Formats: sequence, structure tokens, C-alpha cells
Amino acid sequence: MQIASDKIRDRPHVGLFVTCLVDVFRPQVGFAAIKLLEQSGCRVSVPTPQTCCGQPAYNSGDQVGTRKIAKTVIEVFEPFDFVVAPSGSCAAMIKLHFADVFSDDVDMKARAEALAARTHELVSFLVDQRGMVTTDAVFPQSVTYHDSCSGLRELGIREHPRRLLDTVKGLRMTELADSDVCCGFGGTFCVKYPDISNRMVEDKTSAIAASGAETVLAGDMGCLLNMAGKLKREGSHVETRHVAEVLAGMTDDPAIGEGD
Amino acid sequence: MDDARATIMGGLRAALGERRGAQEQVRARLAAHQRGTIPARSQVARAAQVALFEQMALAAEATIAHVRDDSEIPQAVASYLVQENLPAIIRIAPETRLQAIDWAMQSTLTTSFGASDGSDAVALVSAFSAVAETGTIMLHSGANNPTTLNFLPDTHIVLLDEDRITGAYEDAWDDLRKAGGMPRTVNFVTGPSRTADIEQTLLMGAHGPRRLHIIIRKNGS
Amino acid sequence: MEAKTHAFSANVADALEDEPLQRALQKLKQGFVVKRREAIDNLPEFERLRAEGQAIKDHTLGHLDLYLEEFEAKVAAKGGQVHWCRDAGEARKKILTICRSVDARTVTKGKSMIGEEIAINDYLEENGIEPIETDLGEYIIQLRKEPPSHIIAPAIHVPKEAVADVFRETHTDLDPERSLEDPRTLVDEARSMLRQKYLDADVGITGANFLVAETGSTVIVTNEGNGDLTQSLPGIHIVLASLEKVVPTLEDASTILRLLARSATGQEFSAYTTFSTGPKRPDDLDGPAQFHVVLLDNGRTELLASESREILRCIRCGACMNHCPVYGAIGGHAYGWVYPGPMGAVLTPALLGIERSHDLPHASTFCGRCEEVCPMNIPLPKLIRYQRRKAFERRLSGRVGRWGLALWVAVAARPALYRTFLSVLLFCVSLLRPRCTRFRWLPLASGWTKHRDLPAPATKSFFQIWKSRGSNSNG
Repeated sequence: MQIASDKIRDRPHVGLFVTCLVDVFRPQVGFAAIKLLEQSGCRVSVPTPQTCCGQPAYNSGDQVGTRKIAKTVIEVFEPFDFVVAPSGSCAAMIKLHFADVFSDDVDMKARAEALAARTHELVSFLVDQRGMVTTDAVFPQSVTYHDSCSGLRELGIREHPRRLLDTVKGLRMTELADSDVCCGFGGTFCVKYPDISNRMVEDKTSAIAASGAETVLAGDMGCLLNMAGKLKREGSHVETRHVAEVLAGMTDDPAIGEGD
Repeated sequence: MDDARATIMGGLRAALGERRGAQEQVRARLAAHQRGTIPARSQVARAAQVALFEQMALAAEATIAHVRDDSEIPQAVASYLVQENLPAIIRIAPETRLQAIDWAMQSTLTTSFGASDGSDAVALVSAFSAVAETGTIMLHSGANNPTTLNFLPDTHIVLLDEDRITGAYEDAWDDLRKAGGMPRTVNFVTGPSRTADIEQTLLMGAHGPRRLHIIIRKNGS
Repeated sequence: MEAKTHAFSANVADALEDEPLQRALQKLKQGFVVKRREAIDNLPEFERLRAEGQAIKDHTLGHLDLYLEEFEAKVAAKGGQVHWCRDAGEARKKILTICRSVDARTVTKGKSMIGEEIAINDYLEENGIEPIETDLGEYIIQLRKEPPSHIIAPAIHVPKEAVADVFRETHTDLDPERSLEDPRTLVDEARSMLRQKYLDADVGITGANFLVAETGSTVIVTNEGNGDLTQSLPGIHIVLASLEKVVPTLEDASTILRLLARSATGQEFSAYTTFSTGPKRPDDLDGPAQFHVVLLDNGRTELLASESREILRCIRCGACMNHCPVYGAIGGHAYGWVYPGPMGAVLTPALLGIERSHDLPHASTFCGRCEEVCPMNIPLPKLIRYQRRKAFERRLSGRVGRWGLALWVAVAARPALYRTFLSVLLFCVSLLRPRCTRFRWLPLASGWTKHRDLPAPATKSFFQIWKSRGSNSNG
């Protein structure tokens, strides 16, 4: 595993923001994140008083509720050099939207902005901040990649996962047609408007099938659960994993929704 | 007397609040008519500008012919109509210069001058200028330039002096200001009429002309 | 246009079953999206122009009163008249008065979203005047007696067979056996049927893409030529425009025009972009004797004062809806009013009230594609979220949703409680079907499991494992 040596002058203390979906549905993503962060020379802590980034409240228009949750996140994570989340949408929530909910509270706003500056999505953190250029993972499968909307449009994450996946031994990458089109998850959207969401995820699974890939990867659990759920309902053999699992070489576990 | 105007203005002023020096700022901005970014593609040497105009106009499905001077125009028009299998009858904008052309030279052509009443198949007009940036013709209404000639006939032939081709719209506006300001109608025409309203299939000739033929005249006068 | 925004769910269900609509939407995703991309790749200055367009509109909105005054003065100086209308009712009456002043019997119309907003066609008909839509797409939907489903391509949802049907029903003077297979014959038929109507019309009504304060000019951007025939043949030309259409100078209009056609259809420039200034001049050989601009407020001053002011930068290009995956699944009619897609999700609740239309801002995943393509850099997801805040404050969502969210917030803000709550939940789930890796159905999750399997939660959550490892890393 190689890291551009000029970046590793320090050993920053990273607070891992696990995310609620990883916590409940796919803990191995959290462990993969820790492994990758440690490989890149970070000291990782996982503060236990963490729950959710507040997106469900924020996107429902509940400013008061969002503030409550955001306050907790800020208090718990302030002590760290960096906050890293294996999710574009959670990282974007902290990085781009926390300051917005405290527009009337000068102190909290400043604290939110300070935390925002140190908050990153996992893969882009490894590449941009830690200078990671290769992995020593092995994954001899054909793979395609879905660009989760928040990561792509709010945080500019596009090249980072592709660059690292390029160095995984045996991995054959096929670009997904319309990889940048929403999969239809959208948080509460997928249960409030299930039929519209279904139409959107059908387009996504068609594209995945057309790519011929054996495995589809992404950086956000919401998208992954959505795509995996639809693929399995359709009887597809395509497997779904979080990109961190592949980069960390932790792919012995069954893929999402697979197994017994 | 206008309550509506007063209410709306009042609402706007309340929404915008007090703004010191706003009146002067607005006046200055209007007077300056500053240009924004002009795309580099048309800011090139003269020959390249003309070539750009032709390339863009052709891409918009116009057709182009060249003449060296006025004496070649009747023949150029007649042969275009023969080529397109169109009747040799044209309605011409009553511009002095168009009237001065010796149409009799081309005996096959029947010509008349004036606006269109809807019964004309082919119209011939003169362009005020043209914009190389997008291959666009600029026409304007006037005592000798009826707008109906640009839209009612099936075939629209436009005579354009090569030295009236400018780079960008902004140059055309400056020319228009020098020529006396806004007429009733300024038409920017880029290719023939078209629609994609039926199953997103692009077709030429919706309500305006089906064909736009541009005759570029080399010598100014 | 009558609003059906409250019937969103029913509208969506219809739309998803509508096969011709779904085919048209698939085509839309390939068509306009690809063409726009190509057009932008051909213009290296696009991003800079976007920033300039935004700055022009922001500046103008910041002095909208002064620019409108200037516009009005210039229109008057050229012999035209400006009519200020606070709402749809005043605008309709004003237009009727003008039409009555010449005993108008028929009125030709260019495409105008404001016309739809004030439902002018129905009003004219009720008052014995026949309005004739001339834009081909608008003509088709007028015959079909339905509203537009897209702001640029109003009949995008209508397959050619349906166009043929309605033409056959309407153009009864023509040979009933004639072939109408080919879109070419349909376009030609519309052209010839409308020709005499243009010439006979007493009044022509157009919209305006821009109002230019410097010169008192109105601008229309079309491809068919119908707008130009509408405004140059009849004796009266009425321009119908809302307040925020104003730009300061001809140069400002040119800057924004570089963004418009490119973003809408992927064209460099539309076939016809026309600047109209006042009525015909004394020596002109044609043109209207009267020029009227009906300026409509209908909620714009309120928007200007609100946090959603940025929606007033919209130049009606349609790029947002062309790129919206939700619009791409349900089409325009599902939104229930004049303005569909992302800009509709902001403007419709702003103009009609959130009470009647709160589904529109909720039917979004906030994917952000709209903001990415908006030529005026309007932060659409942010503005849509503002509408959601309004809906939340007015308690417009269902009770179950609100209580569910309140519970989530209460628990998520108390990590220790959250952990306990979660272990209980995971335990219950594991009892349902032990060792199950995915659920085809789960209580309270039917919205999900209707169409998808739900991967099972982990047997132990991350934090349960973390705690049991004594908080070491990969132990």
C-alpha cells in the first residue's frame, strides 16, 4: 500500500462518523473504513455517542429537530482533527448544511463551520488528504460504479473511487451508463413515493444489467440498499457492496442482502 | 389614477428597501451598456469570421450562394429557384438598392415589390447585418423592409453584404444604435423555421419559411 | 389553468401506467440532455456566461422597480402602452378590454406560460372571443383540451397517432381518407390550417422571454415562426409578461440569450429571436397599429421579499425538468399546474400556496441535477427545501410521518437511548425470521418492500460489535 510520502508528515486523529445505515445494516463498512484510515497513517477513534447526521429531519423541513441532532454531532466530534464518514450524503450534511441550520446562532454557526472544514467523505479523504494512490486489495471481478448524488454534486467525488479501484488487483471496471443519475433512494422519498422511486431504480438496475458487471459498488449505504433490494427482487445475480469493503480487501462476507 | 401600478410599485419598494444612489446606478448602467463575455470563436481575423458565419449558417440548415456584385443577383436568384424546383416569382422588399437591380436581365423572373399578403411563395429581402457567432441574419422592419416578407412566404432569400457580417450580437447592437435605434421589429434569423413538437422529431418549415437562402455579396456597393 | 396539484398521487399513478408518456420521457432523456451537453461542450465560455447571467438578474431584481419604470417610459416613448396587473383577474380583464376595443373575434397566440397561469383562453372563450394557439405543440393540446406538460415542448407526451386522431376530428374539411402517418404531413397540415387564421386574427398575443428596459423592447425566442406571424399580422399586439422578465440593456439580453437556447434544446440560437419595440412606425409597410404590454405581478413582489427570491432568475429554459429523474418518471401533467419539474416544485407552491401543492416539493430526492444544469445558477434543492419547511411548519404531512420523524429526532439526539432503542429493534427483527438475509415484506416498511427486497439489518450493529471488542479497531 502506497501513500505519497509528502503527505504523511503527521498522524492525525480521525473521528469516524459511522452513519446510522452502516451501524444497522452493514457494520463491516465501518471496520473497512477504520482499516483504510489506519493504513493511510491516521489514528482512528469511534466516539460512541453518535447516531445520525440529521438528514431525515433536515430534508423534512424540521429545522428545530435538525438543530438538536447537529448540536450533538458537533459536540461529540469537535475534539478530532478530522471527521470522516463512509457516506457522501452524511459528510455533505455536516460539511455543507450544518451551518445553515444555525443561521440565527452565531456561536453554533461558527462551531458548525469549523467542524465542516474538517469533515470529509472517506474515499475523497484518503485520496485528497492522505495522498493514497494504491491499495493492496484483490478483487477479481467485473465491477461497475454508481455515483451517489450527494457525493458527486455536493462534494465533487467522481475520480477518487475510480482511481483507487483501478489499483485493485484483478478488478475489471466497466463504466455504468448514466452512472450520475439518481437511483431513486432519496431518504424518505423512496417510502413516500415508492412507485416513482421504483421507476427510477428500474432504470438503474437496467443500466447495471447492461454493463455486464458482476458487482456494483457505491459509496453510500442508502443507494446500496436500494439497488441491492431491487436487484434481488428482480432475481439478478449481480452483487452489491460498499466501495470501502473492496478497497480494504474485506470482501469475504456475503454481499449486501446475500448469504443464507 | 392607476391603483394597480401604485400597489405593485409599493410592494416592490417595500421588498427592496431603501437603496442609496440606486437611481444613479441604474441610469449609469443603462447608459454604459457594457458587454459581457463575448465567445472567443467569433473574435478572429476577418476572413475567419466570414468563414465562421458560413459554417454556422449551414449548420443551421440555411443554404448559401455568393455573388460579386449586384449584376449577378438576378441570375443567382433564378438558378436557386430552378434548383429547388420553385416558381420563378418573387416578392421583393422595396428597398432602393433592391429596386435598382436590373431584374429584367433575368427574363424568367417575375418580380413585384412590397409587403406580403400571404400569397407569395418566395421573398427576397436585404439583411441589416449578420452575426458570425451563430450564423444569424439580422433583419429589421422599416419603410422599405416589411416584416411579413420574412415569415409568410415558403422560401426566404436574404441578400447580405459580406462586410455587414459582424462577430457578435453586441457589434450588431452598436451598428443599430448608430443607425438610429430600435425599429418596430428586429429579427434574428438562424436557419429556416422548424419544430420538434411531434414525437421530438425535428422537421423544417413549421409556420415560417421552409427554406432560408443567403446570397452573400462580396463588394459593398 | 385549473390546478390539480392536490391530486398528485392519483396523477402519478396515471403517469406511471401511461405507456406512450413513458416512451416519450425515455426519448426526452436521450434527446434534450445529450444535445445540451454537446452545445455546452462547443462553448468554452459557458460557465463564465452563467455567472454573468446570474449577476445580471440579481442586479435587476435588486432594482426591479426602477428598471420597470424605465421600461414603461421607453414603451410609451415609442407609442406603446404598459398595463400593470396585480393578479390574474386584472390581467384577464385588461386583455378582454383591449380585444373588445376592436371588436375582436379571433385572437392568435404565441406560447405563453403566463397565459396558462391566468387561464386567458377559457376567459376569452367565455366572452365570445376565439383564442387560437399557433405554436404547434400548444395547438395540439388546445385541440385535445388538455394542459401543457413541459414548458418548452408542451405536447411532448402526445404520440403522433394521437396527433393524427385529433387532426382528423378537427380538420373536417379535409379528405378523411388522407394519410397522416408521417410527422411531416402532420406539420404541413397544421401549417396550412393555421395560415388563414394568422391573416384573419384581430389581435395577436405573445409572451416575452425578456423585457429590455433600455429600449422598451419585448423579446420572443421561437423556432417555428408562429410568434412572429402572431405579432406582426393583426392590428394589435399584446405582450403578456410577469414583472421579473426585465433585463437592463440589449447587451444583457444577448448574454442571457447565449444561455437560453443552449440550455433548452441544445441549439446555438433559436431559429427566430425577435425584439419588438412599440407599434408600427408611420412609414412601416406592415406591423400592428397598437402595442400593449400587460405586466403581471400575481405573487412576484411577494417572492421578491421572500427567501425564495432566487427563483425569479428563472428564464424558462426547461433544463431542470429535462434532467430531473422524477420528471423523467412522471412527466409534466402529474405536477398539476403550469410549471412542472424542479422549478415548478418551487414556483407552484409559491404562487398557489403550499397548502394545495405540498406534494410537489416533497417528490424530490435532492439529487441536485437541476441545480447543476440551471443556466442561472438557481439553487433549486435549497429552494425546494424551503417549501418543505413551510409545509412542516403548517403540519401538512400525514400524522404518521410527523410522529415518526419526531420520534426519530428525540431518539437520535440522545445517543444512549438510541443505542438501547436500536438493540431492542434489532432483536425484534431477528425474531421475525432468524438468519434471514433479506425481507420481501416487513411491517411498517411496505413502501419499501412493495417493489424491492429489504436487506436484513446486521445481527449485531457496528456499535454492539465495537463495544464487545472493547472499542479496539479491527480486533
